[in-house]
Amino acid sequence: MALLSRRAFLKTGLATAGAACASQVPLPAAAKPQSDGELATLIDIRKCVGCEACVEACREVNAAKYPEPEKPFPKMYPSRVKVADWSEEDKREVRDRLTPYNWLFIQWATVVVDGEEKEISFPRRCMHCQNPPCADLCPWGAARKLENGITLIDSDICLGGRKCQVVCPWDIPQRQTGVGLYLDLLPSFAGNGVMYKCDRCYNRIAQGELPACIEQCPEEVQTIGPRSEILAEAHRIAREEGAYIYGEKENGGTNTIYLSPVPFDTLNQAIHKGPGKPHFDPVEDQMAHADNMAKAMLIAPFAGIAAGVSRVIKAAKHADEPPEDNHEA
Amino acid sequence: MKPDAPKQYPTPYIEQKVLKPVYLFLLFMMGLTGFGQMPIFKRYYIADIPGLGWTGKFYVTHYLHYLGAIILFALFAYVIVTYWGLFRRSHALSKAAYVRIFLLAAIVVTGIFRTLKNLPDVVFSPNFTMFNDISHLVFMMLLMVFGIVFSITKSGWLVPRTVRQTARGRRS
Repeated sequence: MALLSRRAFLKTGLATAGAACASQVPLPAAAKPQSDGELATLIDIRKCVGCEACVEACREVNAAKYPEPEKPFPKMYPSRVKVADWSEEDKREVRDRLTPYNWLFIQWATVVVDGEEKEISFPRRCMHCQNPPCADLCPWGAARKLENGITLIDSDICLGGRKCQVVCPWDIPQRQTGVGLYLDLLPSFAGNGVMYKCDRCYNRIAQGELPACIEQCPEEVQTIGPRSEILAEAHRIAREEGAYIYGEKENGGTNTIYLSPVPFDTLNQAIHKGPGKPHFDPVEDQMAHADNMAKAMLIAPFAGIAAGVSRVIKAAKHADEPPEDNHEA
Repeated sequence: MKPDAPKQYPTPYIEQKVLKPVYLFLLFMMGLTGFGQMPIFKRYYIADIPGLGWTGKFYVTHYLHYLGAIILFALFAYVIVTYWGLFRRSHALSKAAYVRIFLLAAIVVTGIFRTLKNLPDVVFSPNFTMFNDISHLVFMMLLMVFGIVFSITKSGWLVPRTVRQTARGRRS
């Protein structure tokens, strides 16, 4: 009985998984990779003039996805659980950091380029990691990665526990209380809203359009394409024009590649960092342990079988010998 | 030993005295680190208890959960081999054991799918991921409930076969 149930379960699970993989968001014709790989964006900091056209475009096309929370918020228990509310008019207008209503912002830094002090700007948003900890560690599957390299959070499923923000090396997702599935469950005791972040306009990409921030940029700061091609272009520019690369290896590799005229440790020291304002620190692969331990899980049963066989053989040998307490006195 | 002397069957001494406590400790840790995947320990002050600060650190609980799974996989393989090779003729599996095996198998299968999902190039649908995650949690909670029930009813894993059953087993 147990075997049948297990078989049926496996069968259903595999079928569901297969169908799921096949039904991922299709890639846009304009940016479809030659192989079925991931799409990456190249952000050339040297071109950015800080006009915020990308920010406005992002806000406009994603406005329908923004939270409209129900108020008053449910009383939270215990009292240490704080609401995160960005829904008031003045807070919705915040543009100098990431918020649930601002998934992309322009970060500024004063640096010395070729002996001349310059103020440079660059768009900041989700890095869309190749192995995103937010998606891997989300307890409910609300955060997930698509086959085309986009990481997104499903606002219909997310409970706002903020785990994705805690495990994100750049603290990208931002919470809004008073909205989402948790209101229908135990709003006072579990969950606290929904987490929001850049979804790289997955719906526009599905329709063959470019992400709004890329389309509306007058300086063509961003380009999008197959990751291998984006990386090759980034390395060519870095080699020929002396630029620096960020995002290729950070957190095991991301689908957002920055090109800077100054080293990123210099840039990192020159930016304002804090809540909603990500850094440019070096980041090790946060999920490397999971990949390595998954391999160990494959080996572990063989170690157990070897130990078991050894025990059986030893016991069989002892069984052939007369037991000590059977000796005649 | 005389040819017609009763066959000496090995007893699961090591399994009972050494592996059982290890298994129970591992199950407890898997439950703790599994619940730790939800953001509840910090919210509900568990992580504030001296010595339990690690329960609120997601990467630590995730690492420990994987480590526990590795050890349990080895343990399960060992127990299956030793039961099949040593104790099958002298001991039958109890009904409680079948329930435990079903629930453990379900936990292992859903856990494998979750591990696969966490690999860089594996993508599951959100519905399947949620179904799998909730199943993993529900099967673990059922195992806990049945574990408590079986400890009250003193239902172990193995039942010594009767002499008749043993003789029949020896003939087959």
